[in-house]
Amino acid sequence: MSRVVIANGRVIDPLSKLDGVADVAMVDGRIAQVGRDLDRTGAEVFDAAGLIVAPGFIDMHVHLREPGFEHAETIESGARAAAAGGFTSICPMPNTSPVNDNATVTSYIVERASRLACVNVFPIGAITKGSLGEELAAIGSMKQAGIVAISDDGKPVMNARVMRRAMEYAAGFGLPVINHCEDLHLSAGGDMHEGQVSTRLGLRGIPSASEDVMVARDLLLAELTGARYHVAHISARHSVAMVRFARHRGLPVTCEATPHHFALHDCEMKPYDSNYKMKPPLRHSSDAEAVAQGLADGTVGAIATDHAPHPGSEKMQEFEKCPFGILGLETALGLALEHLVHPGRITVGKLVELFTTGPAGILSLNRGTLAEGAPGDVTIFSLDREWTYDVNKSFSKSRNSPFHGHPFRGGPVATIVKGEFVWRI
Amino acid sequence: MTGGLLGIEDLDRAEIQAVLDRARDFQAVQRASFSRLDVLKGKMVVNLFFEASTRTRTSFEIAARRLGADAISITAQASSVEKGESLVDTLNTLAAMHPHAIIMRHSASGAPHFLARYLPTPIINAGDGTHEHPTQALLDARTILDHLPSLEGLRVAIIGDIAHSRVARSNLYLLSKFGAGIVLCGPAPLLPQEMGRLAPGVTLTTQLAEAIRDADVIMMLRVQLERMHEAAYPGSEYFKFYGLRLEHLKLAKPNVIVMHPGPINRGREIASEVADSQRSVILNQVENGIAVRMAVLERVLTNGAVA
Repeated sequence: MSRVVIANGRVIDPLSKLDGVADVAMVDGRIAQVGRDLDRTGAEVFDAAGLIVAPGFIDMHVHLREPGFEHAETIESGARAAAAGGFTSICPMPNTSPVNDNATVTSYIVERASRLACVNVFPIGAITKGSLGEELAAIGSMKQAGIVAISDDGKPVMNARVMRRAMEYAAGFGLPVINHCEDLHLSAGGDMHEGQVSTRLGLRGIPSASEDVMVARDLLLAELTGARYHVAHISARHSVAMVRFARHRGLPVTCEATPHHFALHDCEMKPYDSNYKMKPPLRHSSDAEAVAQGLADGTVGAIATDHAPHPGSEKMQEFEKCPFGILGLETALGLALEHLVHPGRITVGKLVELFTTGPAGILSLNRGTLAEGAPGDVTIFSLDREWTYDVNKSFSKSRNSPFHGHPFRGGPVATIVKGEFVWRI
Repeated sequence: MTGGLLGIEDLDRAEIQAVLDRARDFQAVQRASFSRLDVLKGKMVVNLFFEASTRTRTSFEIAARRLGADAISITAQASSVEKGESLVDTLNTLAAMHPHAIIMRHSASGAPHFLARYLPTPIINAGDGTHEHPTQALLDARTILDHLPSLEGLRVAIIGDIAHSRVARSNLYLLSKFGAGIVLCGPAPLLPQEMGRLAPGVTLTTQLAEAIRDADVIMMLRVQLERMHEAAYPGSEYFKFYGLRLEHLKLAKPNVIVMHPGPINRGREIASEVADSQRSVILNQVENGIAVRMAVLERVLTNGAVA
């Protein structure tokens, strides 16, 4: 019998409505008890005095690049980066090669993860075959093999009728549909947010409207079909407002936001530095503000990183040739503390929800709580430890982060999966 | 300019003025055939053109040779770029040959800025995508000053595909720094409102007549079919609404000058009669291109310390 006690931390478990100093005991990989002065006999004891002890963080949007792009990331390296970011569960998007659009690929990922990943991996399957937006993928079979949602992330489902059928079909299997909202005719090969900065730099713009029109379409389709619908990496203020409106009307729709979309805006991007190039792009400061507001008022239900590793050779090119995406796992908590908690926009309890019960609820994962019998996944973090992000020491195989050298106040201290420490400072 | 010349936006007025003044010195040299200075003797410049351009490349080549430098021109088609070599590798290879400066034209905005971060060699931007074309703005300013006493208070109309024009951006920055008023004009989809906020003194209009009224300078832009990613306007009626014709000149100041960065499309953005009229200074621009590029090369290659 293995026993671990996390002692004297401030335990925050939103689902149990718990916020106070306590010990957390785990036995054989499950939460055994939360309370004061728990028995430490024979236990591995971690002194968490002055630290926050929370249910394991869940990142519902990552790219692990395996199979197919192992030079950029692997299930193993991505999982290590996740652990170092305080995440105990991650959901890889299906844009691998081959695309995760059938049960064989899903099973491959699940099997590799069970052997090589130090955190839990819950794959997301494709909506359409090859993510080409035309023919529905083997959604039911993938569900049996372990997917927790469907998405053609990286590509939007442009055809409204295909999206409608996907929503209807997925609802029958209890799966949420996640869309990367971007009208490709409007974004038309753009490289960054369309605005004053793109005009100044002579870069082709991606207007906010390219996101807004697809969010609007999808919300109407969600109403038509009754499906559980989720907007990936929401970035534009009108999109946030539309999701808020739909939720007020009682539709089962949700959305997530990445740390970079509330932490940065287009004026802050270093000119022609591809570490600032991602989709959706860094938008106007009023959009970043709207995303933060959405997180505070509950419109945005989860913080997800969209961790998107690309090797240096791909990011060392003309800006317009560089692929979209940046690393995110190791800096997410630090950025959320800096931009949401420290300025007083949300409480620490709310932050924990956005990383735990939020994504767990959206994906119906039986995780995100420290209730007795729950999986022994725990994230221990500090609110004030000062540290600086060194991307060259990242566990990821890639180095594409705009936050290299950024000083943080507060961040992950230890990560426990199934009762075992998978990372600690 | 010791680090090169990437754009007008970052230059201060004094530096621009110094180039314009020095270019005037070179105008005489440039007009005398076969004259050659040895200011840059022993220096080597590489003209690296990733995008077709005859006049800018030739102009830089002549400028370099007139100053006694060795100039080598490489075009993308002739280089290993065609074989799939990355921009970084191409430039590293060239840098290993130790040129004193690289003159670069590229279809991607920011390509020279990207390289300047990694290469010690000074880079002169000869046009990057839809971003900047600094020597064009300098030669345009030199040309205006050959005909008008000062840039301050001038009304300059820039007409055409503003959205995709690096010439418009560089000119807008330069003219604004010297207190000129700039009117940008073109079909609305090619006239982003944000252009008006790039520098002080810029206004926008979709009406050609309004742009030209009382103008001291009319700059026509080439209709850049190669830069159009989509049909943003009906091409069939472009000339009707945005082509410069003789009757338009009556709206401008009597001594208005008409400019064009070339190559011109007669009958598409400018009527032949205007291009060939007394008001046209298009060929002066070409001449000044060499003088201005001599001044830029001299400043970049001699740390600005001009004898």
